[in-house]
Amino acid sequence: MATQHSQSAARIMMAPAVILLLGWMLVPLTMTLYFSFKKYLPLRGGDLGWVGFENYTRFVSSSSFWPAVATTLIIVGGVLVITIFLGVLLALLLDQPMWGQGVVRILVIAPFFVMPTVSGLVWKNMFMDPTNGFLAYMWRAFGAEPVQWLSQASMPSLIMIVSWQWLPFATLILLTAIQSLDSEQIEAAEMDGASWFSRFRFIILPHLSRAITVVLLIQTIFLLSIFAEIFVTTAGSFGTKTLTYLIFQRVLESQNVGLGSAGGVYAIILANIVAAFLIRIVGKNLDA
Amino acid sequence: MARAITTQRKTINTLFAWAVGLIIFFPILWIFVLSFKSEGDAIKAPFEVLTSAWTLESYATVQDRSDYFKHFWNSVTIAVGSTLLGILVAVPAAWSMAFVPSKRTRGILMWMLSTKMLPAVGVLYPIYIGFIKLGLLDTRIGLVIVLMLINLPIIVWMLYTYFKEIPGEILEAARMDGAGLREEVLYVLTPMAVPGIASTLLLNVILAWNEAFWTLNLTAAKAAPLTAFIASYSSPEGLFYAKLSAASTMAIAPILILGWFSQKQLVSGLTFGAVK
Repeated sequence: MATQHSQSAARIMMAPAVILLLGWMLVPLTMTLYFSFKKYLPLRGGDLGWVGFENYTRFVSSSSFWPAVATTLIIVGGVLVITIFLGVLLALLLDQPMWGQGVVRILVIAPFFVMPTVSGLVWKNMFMDPTNGFLAYMWRAFGAEPVQWLSQASMPSLIMIVSWQWLPFATLILLTAIQSLDSEQIEAAEMDGASWFSRFRFIILPHLSRAITVVLLIQTIFLLSIFAEIFVTTAGSFGTKTLTYLIFQRVLESQNVGLGSAGGVYAIILANIVAAFLIRIVGKNLDA
Repeated sequence: MARAITTQRKTINTLFAWAVGLIIFFPILWIFVLSFKSEGDAIKAPFEVLTSAWTLESYATVQDRSDYFKHFWNSVTIAVGSTLLGILVAVPAAWSMAFVPSKRTRGILMWMLSTKMLPAVGVLYPIYIGFIKLGLLDTRIGLVIVLMLINLPIIVWMLYTYFKEIPGEILEAARMDGAGLREEVLYVLTPMAVPGIASTLLLNVILAWNEAFWTLNLTAAKAAPLTAFIASYSSPEGLFYAKLSAASTMAIAPILILGWFSQKQLVSGLTFGAVK
């Protein structure tokens, strides 16, 4: 039984973490909201007064807004489809009996630990460079003209780089989920003559659905805010400007803080919609 | 009964899985190979690269030209510092939530998780201007604080998950024997919590090491950790493959090794215990 004494001690012990996070959340958030209603140009006159919702309407009506939304959705959607589809296949493969399973697992998850700036630059220069890149040599070896990856096929290239980084995450989580599956159930189905496909469709896939949802939501939150990969590869050109990147440019490059802050508020709202779903799932687990 | 697996099937699995594994790992392997080549050899066709001479010169050049170890040390300070500070703040909080839960515990945990979902770019300017005002821009202490705050929810969650698995009866037994709160924490709980704290430490050092939004936006030359240092190879230095490879190898090798040790914790840590 928790006594009155330990209850108040517990509150004191929790205080630093709660106060720090509360401050970290409320102070910048309030400031962003404040700036978003102002015309605020630090390098061109500073605070030029209140403008109501003008920044919000201007941000949405600017010509780069809808392309940025589309780019964001294509990157997030593309990476999700690739990583979850390949992740399921890879997890099924890694679950099979084989020699050197531990080593293969290590090879597969390695890209997750590569810092985003390294993977962006290495892919850009050493693989996707049209003259000396690895892929250019491969293309030439087969008599094909090397592709100008990051300018001609900027979106597929970017999606590929980011998928390479996130595939290990999806695979690892899905593999963990597969391994928690009761093998007797599969054996029973096999004995009853269920084909490989129906075993996958009716036993494995339903069992994975929860893990897939978790991968989907966590990756969405991270992918909505990818930054470094774009920063070092295309710097937002060739149609790769995401919402995050657009806000970054408004705030730090063109120093239009009011406009950027309004964009930031949109980004926060978007992330919260996704987060609400994730929190519901994680919360369910907390009761169990 | 385990299913009988034919050797033939196992061989096919093995070949296929290794092929896929090597393809995924290949870019990292290639960074490693090119880092031991001269600049002239590194841009040759892949097959010629392999047969050319091996050299350590790129590693020496990277250090000479850019004071690599300064940035390496910045990364170590920021990653380890922010994690330790985070654990210091999180241990008491996670302890009290796990052992003295109240009606609000669940709500507080959920709220902490939700702060993690706040997109960084939404609060970029306030943090940026705050850093300038407080003189924290381009300092290691500034980044230690920011990364600590970013990872604090994950740290609390991970520790909470581990602490909850410690049986409460042991604490009751200790209390019966007359142990006070201090003794309880120091002699009973701490030894049992060390493995959980260690894995939390490991995963968060990795996350902080690779963080690349705040480290890019809040540092310049002085406090730049490896993420920002490597970004300076953006162009035109990135065309020097051997040097980029040497710098990259040194930036990812330590974390790759730590990462391989943290495989298990990674799943429950990054999914907030939703997948175990």
